[in-house]
Formats: sequence, structure tokens, C-alpha cells
Amino acid sequence: MHPAPSIIVFTVLSGLGLGMVFWVGLGAGPDQGAARWWITLLALGFAAAGGAASTGHLARPDRAWRAFSQWRSSWLSREACLMVAALGAFALYAAIWMLGGTRYWLLGWLSSVLALATVYATAMIYAQLRTVPRWSLAPTPQMFLALSAVGGLLGVGAAAALGGASAPSGWVALGIALAAGVAVWWQTVAAGAGRRASGSDIGTATGLGRLGRVRLFEPPHTGRNYLLDEMAFRVARGRAFQLRRIGAVLGFLVPLALALLAWALGGWLLVPALISHVAGVLALRWLFFAEAEHVQAFYYGMR
Amino acid sequence: MTSLPERTERKMGLVIDLDICVGCHACAVSCKEWNTQGYGAPLSDQDPYGADPSGTWLNRIHSFEIQPEGAPAQIVHFPKSCLHCEDAPCVTVCPTGASYKRVQDGIVLVNEDACMGCGLCAWACPYGARELDRAEGVMKKCTLCVDRIYNDNIPEEDRVPACVRSCPAGARHFGDFRDPASAVNRMVQDRGGMDLMPEQETRPVNKYLPPRIRDRHATAPETVRLASLAEPEATGFLGWLDRALGRLG
Repeated sequence: MHPAPSIIVFTVLSGLGLGMVFWVGLGAGPDQGAARWWITLLALGFAAAGGAASTGHLARPDRAWRAFSQWRSSWLSREACLMVAALGAFALYAAIWMLGGTRYWLLGWLSSVLALATVYATAMIYAQLRTVPRWSLAPTPQMFLALSAVGGLLGVGAAAALGGASAPSGWVALGIALAAGVAVWWQTVAAGAGRRASGSDIGTATGLGRLGRVRLFEPPHTGRNYLLDEMAFRVARGRAFQLRRIGAVLGFLVPLALALLAWALGGWLLVPALISHVAGVLALRWLFFAEAEHVQAFYYGMR
Repeated sequence: MTSLPERTERKMGLVIDLDICVGCHACAVSCKEWNTQGYGAPLSDQDPYGADPSGTWLNRIHSFEIQPEGAPAQIVHFPKSCLHCEDAPCVTVCPTGASYKRVQDGIVLVNEDACMGCGLCAWACPYGARELDRAEGVMKKCTLCVDRIYNDNIPEEDRVPACVRSCPAGARHFGDFRDPASAVNRMVQDRGGMDLMPEQETRPVNKYLPPRIRDRHATAPETVRLASLAEPEATGFLGWLDRALGRLG
């Protein structure tokens, strides 16, 4: 599938911001002075930047408001509604927290649940697609949720450090280790999920498979088109391997090492850890799209 | 709402006979011609006369080769357009309500005024039947020529989809699959009409008739001696001449 920068940035940043909302809503983060402001600013900033990036994928962004209407049937619509609800609840919670200093736990829990549900809806947009076997895997929602949660934890830790408060670096390190485990789990399952994992092949796509071996003799057109650009993206295998290594190192190993060091040297190390983690997850999310194969490419002779 | 109807009153669709299609692309051309000027936004082209032309089409003709076991290969021309599935995954994923399946005839349509061009429906379709128009920014797909089939202003014989009307070989048929006695249903029963990618569980309405099994020549020997093919064994006068020339060395 075509790895559109707008969707990659959207899913990574909104996942990060909503992850922060999740933890802060549950009561995480220091209550003192500047740290509250940093946490709120970063959580809403990441989520809003992600939301803005998502409209970059639309051919008619002026009609994006219509996406709030089909929550009963469409995961994309549910995601949009839940996102607005989660950020609305959190903005109210954070405003009371920042200005008054009190945490309304009911409002906090509500924004946590809504944030979690938003990330789940994002994941289901991909996990629902039977046409893309690499996405319609059992651990796809878990992978999105784990990455969002650990990104949020890092974000809260880094924001606390920026605000001069003590950061829970031990918990952050544990979270990174757990998220890395989920990422490896997803990768293990995804490794075997090529285009044919759905049970489809050129024989079932054409219905001609029972008559003999089928191959494309002549494509319908000699140039490119929307279908090929969007759903027959080819990634150079060598580059995929290197990117996955970059993703593992920047996304998990470097942040883990920094979080452990932060225990001894101070919470400020969580800031470079967060930056490294985001860079690594961006690489992994690029691969999530680039390596996914769509069954319609059977009609173009791809195996 | 982009939920699918429980049941449609009629089930309009196409039968495509892969035994007859000659791969002339007339259906694709007439589809583009009709649908670029009537229903919805035109079907745009990008760089049409340049080095890298591309464009929006609702019907495309692929050609496949079947290699049966121990028989000559066979070419099958394969027109592909929207199959107007009963469980259309493109409809339920639509976040804006632009995609819908009509209750009265089962046609899957896009309300182009509501489409925001996110492309999720094209991802959800296993068949590659939806294309985002790059000029208009909305999703385009086969409408079964909804502006022809009920159109009282054109002669009755023209009230079928443009692809069906233009096919010079009679490989395309249009009708109601809900009616058990309809011509399209009889064809499907007689010829073993099939679904494309049934494992995707989309329940397509359009059916494809498989190519008939070709006559097979008497089994050829495994290794063919080319010399013997070039000079078949002669009898009679030619045989005598052949032997006499052979004796000369």
C-alpha cells in the first residue's frame, strides 16, 4: 500500500497525544506548576497536529466534517467522533487541573476511556480490511494500543521533566520493554501475511484457477493509474530490512537505554528518548503501509 | 447511513461471458465515453497526450493466459468493473455516507457531493473497482449506467449499460438476478456462472461465465521430431520419388 506521509504522521502523532491523554486522565503526571502546562500542551498539541495531518490525505478536505455522520457503520467515522469527544473531555479536565489545581477523576477516566477507544478505532480502520492480509491480523489493534500507550508514557515523563518535576523513568522503561514485546509479536504474525494469506490468488481472482495455471498475459493499460499507485506499492526488500532495524533501535532500544539512564542521571533524558521513539515509530509505521499487500494487485499479475 | 440494505427489491447486474469476449476494449471505451458526460463528475485524464498518460476508467480489460495440464495454453480476455456486491465492503467503511447500495435495484453508487476523497472504499474493495478521480477528488465507480437503464428519452434497446450495448460479440448481458426466470439467471445456471474471489465473502451480483473447455487434439508425442513434421512421410508416386532420391545419396 502507498505509504502516504499524511496518514503516517497522523497515526503516530495522534496515537502519541491520545496515549498521553490516557495516562494523565488516569491520574499520572505531577501536579506541580509548570509540569501540568507542559503535559497538557504536548498532549493536545500532538493530537491536534495529528488530526490536522489526517486531512492532508483527503482529496476534498472541505468535506471532512461529513465524516462525523456514519459512526454506526464506519470505523473511520467512529475514530473522528471519538477523537473529538476524547480531546473535548480532556481539554475540560486539563483546564480545571491547570487553573484550579484539582483533578476531576470522573472526567479524567472518561477522557482515558475515550482516548483508548479512539486508538482502537484507528487500528480497526486497518484491521477490518480483509483485502489487506497484513493489516487484518489479530494483534493489529494491540500493536496500535501498545505503541500509543508507551508513547504517551514517554510523553508524560518527558513533559514532567521539562516542567522541572520528577519523572517516573522506571515505569517508562518497563513500558518500553512491554511495548517492544507487542511490536515483536505483531511482526512475527505479520511476517507470513502476504497478499495470498487471505486465501485469494490469481486463480480465485479470475475464477480461472480450476482450468489451469493462470498468469497475466496483457495488462489493461500500459501506464500507471490510481489502483497501481495506491494499492500496488513496491518496497525494495533491502531497504525494508534496514528500516525495521532503525525502527527497533530508535523506537525501543535507545529509549529503553535512556530511560534506564534517566533513573540515575535525571528525567531530562526522557526528552531525547521521546524524540528517538517517535522517529523509530515513524519508520515502523512507514513499513506498516509500504509492506502491506492488497489482493486487487492479483489482477495486475502480482503474486 | 452507509449500512447495507437487508434485501434489495431487484438485483440488477451483469453476466460476462469469458468464452465469448474477444478483448476489443469497446466496452471500456464506450463506458468512458458515456460516463464522462452524464452522471456525476467527468472521468478525467492526466497528461493524456504526454509521455505518462493516466486516467479514470470504470471498466478495464485484463487478459490472462491459462496453462492447463498437458494441453495448449488458452487466452482469456477479462473485463473487470464493479460487481455491485450484496455484502459490499466499500459501502460500510464509508465515513461520510457518500457510498450507498440502493434498495430498489441493488446498484452501488457514490453521492459525489458528499465524498471527501479519503479512498478507504477503494482499499476495502478486493476487485479494484473504484478509482479516485484525480481532477475532481471524488471516488468514481460503475453506476450500471443508472442514467441509461431507466431513461425514457432514449430508444428502448439503448436502455442497458453502455458496455452491454456496445459489445460487438454479445459477451455482456444485463438483467435482474432476483427474478429466477431472467435470462441472466438462466445463463448462470446453464454455464456455471461464478463469483470472483468468493473467499472475500462480498457476494458479488455480477457473474462470470467460464470459458468452455477447448477441443483437444490427439495427444502429440512427447518429443516432436521436427524433420518428420517438415517432410511428412509420402506415399504413392511421391513416395517412390522420395525413396529413389534417397538412394542417390
